[in-house]
Amino acid sequence: MTAWFTRHRIVVGVVAMVLVLLGGVTYVVWTSQSQAAPGRGASTATGLLYVDHANGKDQVARLDPTGEVSFEDLRCQRVYTAAGTTICLRLAGPGPSYEAAVVNASGAVVRTVGLAGVPSRARVSASGQVVSWTVFVVGDSYSTPGGFSTRTGFVNLRTGAEMDSLEPFTVLVDGKAEKRADFNFWGMTVATDDRTFYATLGSADKAWLIRGDLVTRKAETVRPGAECPSLSPDQTRVAYKKRAGRLGQWELVVLDLKTGVETALPGSLGVDDQAAWLDNATLAYGKPASNGGSPTIYASAADGSGQPQVLVSNASSPSPPVP
Amino acid sequence: MYVASTRSGRPGASSTLRTAVPRTVVLLGTVSLLTDVSSEMVTAFLPVYLVFTLNMSYLQVGMLDAVYTGATSVLRMVGGYLSDKIGRHKAVAVAGYGLSAVTKLAFPAVGASAAGLSGVLAVDRAGKGLRTAPRDAMISLVTTKEKLGRSFGVHRMMDTIGALLGPLATYLVLTSLGTKPGPIFMISFCFAMLGLIVLVCFVRQPPKAEAVPSASRVSVKRSLALLREPGIARTSLAALMLGLVSIADVFVYLVLQSTTGVDPRLLPLMPLGTALVFLLAATPLGQLADKVGRWKVFFAGHVVLLGVYLLLLGPFGGLPLAACTLLLHGLFYAATDGVLMAHGATLVAPELRASGLAIVQTAQAVGRFTSSLLFGLLMTQLSMASAVLVAVVALAATLITVSALIRPAAGA
Repeated sequence: MTAWFTRHRIVVGVVAMVLVLLGGVTYVVWTSQSQAAPGRGASTATGLLYVDHANGKDQVARLDPTGEVSFEDLRCQRVYTAAGTTICLRLAGPGPSYEAAVVNASGAVVRTVGLAGVPSRARVSASGQVVSWTVFVVGDSYSTPGGFSTRTGFVNLRTGAEMDSLEPFTVLVDGKAEKRADFNFWGMTVATDDRTFYATLGSADKAWLIRGDLVTRKAETVRPGAECPSLSPDQTRVAYKKRAGRLGQWELVVLDLKTGVETALPGSLGVDDQAAWLDNATLAYGKPASNGGSPTIYASAADGSGQPQVLVSNASSPSPPVP
Repeated sequence: MYVASTRSGRPGASSTLRTAVPRTVVLLGTVSLLTDVSSEMVTAFLPVYLVFTLNMSYLQVGMLDAVYTGATSVLRMVGGYLSDKIGRHKAVAVAGYGLSAVTKLAFPAVGASAAGLSGVLAVDRAGKGLRTAPRDAMISLVTTKEKLGRSFGVHRMMDTIGALLGPLATYLVLTSLGTKPGPIFMISFCFAMLGLIVLVCFVRQPPKAEAVPSASRVSVKRSLALLREPGIARTSLAALMLGLVSIADVFVYLVLQSTTGVDPRLLPLMPLGTALVFLLAATPLGQLADKVGRWKVFFAGHVVLLGVYLLLLGPFGGLPLAACTLLLHGLFYAATDGVLMAHGATLVAPELRASGLAIVQTAQAVGRFTSSLLFGLLMTQLSMASAVLVAVVALAATLITVSALIRPAAGA
């Protein structure tokens, strides 16, 4: 056997390489043939805009109130829409590099902003004037400890103000002005005045909910452990993810800004998303599948009454629909 | 010290063309190129895979990393020792490359489980740990001593070509086929298999130098005794110390983008800039090392790194600063990565070559890993500029200490 191999190793090598190439090409051609048609989702009061995972093309899809799904002419890894303005975080070039595209009501791209990393969160303020996003910056290697950071940027379409990072902001941590190189910001949500915002500040292994002002470029910590806030349409509550237990999984919690009372949403354990308010009573969020499949979007009553309902499977990035 | 010299005229070493690089080196370079396409494809895909496809935070996977990096260094030593012990470097390298190839198929199976993903990444890195020392030992065993720098330079150049092509392949798949993970992992697996086939079928185990007297047979005791040999001990200590003050690439790029204020979309492209300079300069600097002394070039590479740090302080700005910094950063790698192995190979007898190289590699890896932890910690306390300033002072002090510790005569 060994002697035979030594004599024929060149032939064996060439044949093996040809087989590997044939096998690889066959697999890729075969998988790219399967085109999934739009499926169906649950019927809702509002409908939903989201990113489809079923056919791998990351197409933006619209779920009608009836549960009918139709594809939009947009491919994004993260999408959000409000008042006719849509933000689409998408692949831009080799690297791979990514960009934020701002799309107006008629579907034209009115602005693109280069991103420093992989799309994670996207938001549009209720007026459609302030778009914001968060990306993961990972450098060149997944094996470097501490080699990850997040970056949050925004554009005010009315004033033209644009920042690709909140690092220049003055931040008060527990009332004290601080500036550390490892400050990370993620998950921004902007209020109806187009200047007040909530977001997450992270440093070392801590995270805080912060409230700030986009015009004065100041922010302060509000409470610890609250991440990826989402302001309700009536501006009275903030939904965010929070660890259940010290190092436990995240769950979604709704904070009443007036009373300071937190309400956990049942069945949301394992969520890792910035929730979207479909209306003042309903939150939608994506949740990873435990079996390794694609994520699913759920809807949940914002007052914590009742279990979540599956809106659509093989889907992420929930957003209220285009009206 | 001529323990390292190998007779020419053997299979694998070039006999006819005096200037040609040994065929085994080119073949091992091909193996590394194909394997790097495979692994860099996954590295480039992993962020979007975790964040988009699986809806996970990046953080969850990174946390267990420290444990695995420690395990990898131990495996590196095991791989080196085993290769020497059984006298079959190729067999151990096949195991290492094979292990990494298999992990490419395991990704879809573990899905969104943080523990599962960390486990797959750990096995991938275990494979890398296992194969590095025997592969570098093979490169050194088929090369005459005067050409070591060049052989390692050619190997690292081919390796880096693969590292450049990987992300490009990922981008092409993402735009043409979409973000479905199946095709990426399958194509990555195919490249890994092609590399493995080249290794198994085309690379030949370098023959033993001569009948080794039984007194000097390879044993754990003898391998560990290498640590007491002044050449290896000093080189490893210097590699450890310099590793300790080398800022991890990812921090270099983050600081650079922030200092220069260049378009953030250039950030993911910065590693490609470093790699391009690295691959262009690896062979010429390896040849230079053969001429003027390998240790000298390795040391000079770290002086260039000091230049990188000084530029990170931002004496000027914009694209020119980014370009200059990446140029120096690539030169740093070209002057140090293969050259350290070329230097190490001159210090160890052929039958202990893999163990010796493993010790030097481990020292450097442990240093670099500790450095990234320390620098990460520094960033939690200080502003970027202050953290870089600390690194400048630390590197300068280490360069002075090391130049006093190691005389080029200890290896040339």
